Amino acid sequence: MTRLLYELTESFRIAFAQIRANKMRSALTALGVIIGIVAVTLMGTAIRGIDIGFERSLAMLGDDVLYVQKWPWHNVEDWWNYQNRPPLLIDQCEELNRIIAATPNSLLEVAVPMAQRGSAVKVGENQVSGVAIFGTTAQYSRLMSVDFQEGRFFNETESTSGRQVCVLGADVGEALFPSRSALDQTVLIKGQPFTVIGVLAKQGSFLGLFSFDAQVLMPINAFRKYYGIRNGGTSLRVKVTDKTRLIEASDELIGAMRRVRGQLPGDRDNFSINQQQAFKEQLDPVKSMIALAGLFITGLSLFVGAIGIMNITFVSVKERTKEIGTRKALGARRRTILLQFLIEAVSICLIGGFVGLSFTYTICLILEHNVPSLPVEFSANLVVVSMAVSVITGILSGFMPAWGASRLDPVVALRYE
Amino acid sequence: MSTSLAPDFAGRITRPVGPLVIDIAGVTKLYKMGTEIIHALRGVSVEIRRNEYLAIMGPSGSGKSTLMNMLGCLDTPTAGRYEFTGKNVAHMEDDELADIRNREIGFVFQTFNLLPRSTALANVELPLIYAGLPPSVRLERAAQTLHNVGLGERMMHKPNELSGGQRQRVAIARALVNNPSIILADEPTGNLDSKTGVEIMALFEQLYEQGNTIIVVTHEEDIARHARRIVRLRDGLIESDGPVV
Repeated sequence: MTRLLYELTESFRIAFAQIRANKMRSALTALGVIIGIVAVTLMGTAIRGIDIGFERSLAMLGDDVLYVQKWPWHNVEDWWNYQNRPPLLIDQCEELNRIIAATPNSLLEVAVPMAQRGSAVKVGENQVSGVAIFGTTAQYSRLMSVDFQEGRFFNETESTSGRQVCVLGADVGEALFPSRSALDQTVLIKGQPFTVIGVLAKQGSFLGLFSFDAQVLMPINAFRKYYGIRNGGTSLRVKVTDKTRLIEASDELIGAMRRVRGQLPGDRDNFSINQQQAFKEQLDPVKSMIALAGLFITGLSLFVGAIGIMNITFVSVKERTKEIGTRKALGARRRTILLQFLIEAVSICLIGGFVGLSFTYTICLILEHNVPSLPVEFSANLVVVSMAVSVITGILSGFMPAWGASRLDPVVALRYE
Repeated sequence: MSTSLAPDFAGRITRPVGPLVIDIAGVTKLYKMGTEIIHALRGVSVEIRRNEYLAIMGPSGSGKSTLMNMLGCLDTPTAGRYEFTGKNVAHMEDDELADIRNREIGFVFQTFNLLPRSTALANVELPLIYAGLPPSVRLERAAQTLHNVGLGERMMHKPNELSGGQRQRVAIARALVNNPSIILADEPTGNLDSKTGVEIMALFEQLYEQGNTIIVVTHEEDIARHARRIVRLRDGLIESDGPVV
């Protein structure tokens, strides 16, 4: 055991002497590994970033909110069965709230209706189009996961009376009232004046698809007056009391909704309960595929680097055949020679891995500084994994030549010129 | 170090021989060269005892190198018996042979075969690393051995900073450092000028007098005459085997 330790120490000494003696060659070989490691770790960072962005987006949906909608969030084959479902109506939401209030120890807290329409919002000459206009009730403030930049949400009175007040998303507020407060200003929505009573804090976009900051919330009774409630235009959002018991809450909600919608036992539910978890399950396989494909492609560049290592180890073995013979004559076992060349290969890979990781770290810092919206994450995990990858690359690529060296016939090796 | 023997014609002493170290009997070695089979050794028997100073001679193609590789446990015979200090090495595995070479045999090569990027000290230390000795012991023994061959001042020099004679001394120190049963020198003066060659042979003489067993493989009569016994090979057979007269 101690003998192995001494041999290892000697091997490391020789390996570094060898790398120092062949600086250019070692540097070029390491470059292949550096490029590979940079590619793989950047990809890893990007995947991690996508993950984080995804988590953030999901958090916007709220992890304690169930969505009651006509359509489920997953693809359906039999769309006709969903198309003809009766719409979700505002009074169904009120009915649902009554049931929730009457149920002892209900896992559901409150339900709010959400009606949505795309529209433009105007202030004088300023116009923002493609804004998502939501109509809801005052209870919505209990479901919100976002803070107010200024102002407040509309209250019960404003809500039920359908007062023409609205809450702006951060981007809408910024676009219509650059460098001044939007509070108590009047905006035109579908030609009607609405008084701004609040502006939401910035939230970001959902999976880069649509922005949560390009929305306007108004009392649903005001919404109904100008837009009407289209078939299926409404959905319900239900806050649960305990997000760890989401499945039970969902079951309770199904039961309550069936009562609300007067469904008979045996009828299929004519509504869908959606939640972010289902969304996650829907998207996770896609995410894994992207990650897998990305890692495979960048892995190829690391593979090319590994071939470089293998090549240089073959050259090194060839050049030092006589030295191998001498070492064997002096009592080096096969294992000793094998380890010596493996350690050389691994050393170059480790150096390459370290330099590559430094590059990745720098690139991450630059990205973080210049593009703050891009969620990059340089983790300690990445360091460990990429160093492990470097070592494994070294071992795999160095093994064949090192194995050949270890099995050289000492007589032949000594005679080699 | 006592010797009661009378000096011979050249004023040299011959030490009494000890127990059997190498016992080779009826050894043959075949090589395949393409389709041709070469009989490098056709049945060689030789006994070598401790405290011998032996020269192996022969023209090229005589099987001299093959016999040397066999004696040095670098190669195993095709047929025949080979016992090294009583151990049968004829059928040993690579790693077992490596251990025998490490402990029992000190090699001195014509081309010195030093590691170019290591100091003299590190070169001499190498067999001790393979023997599994701790660093402190290694350094002390390597330094002492270098000192004994007259290189105490040049331990930290690399081979390219040493003269040919000094390099061969480092190689000899490396051969000696693990106290081997035999020193096996292959044309040790082949790459040296004659004056340095004489110095190296004087060093071998000194080592022999100190109790080492030395085998020198050479094609030079002058070098062979330093030994006490000469084995001559021709065409894979022993032509003659006897004391130097």
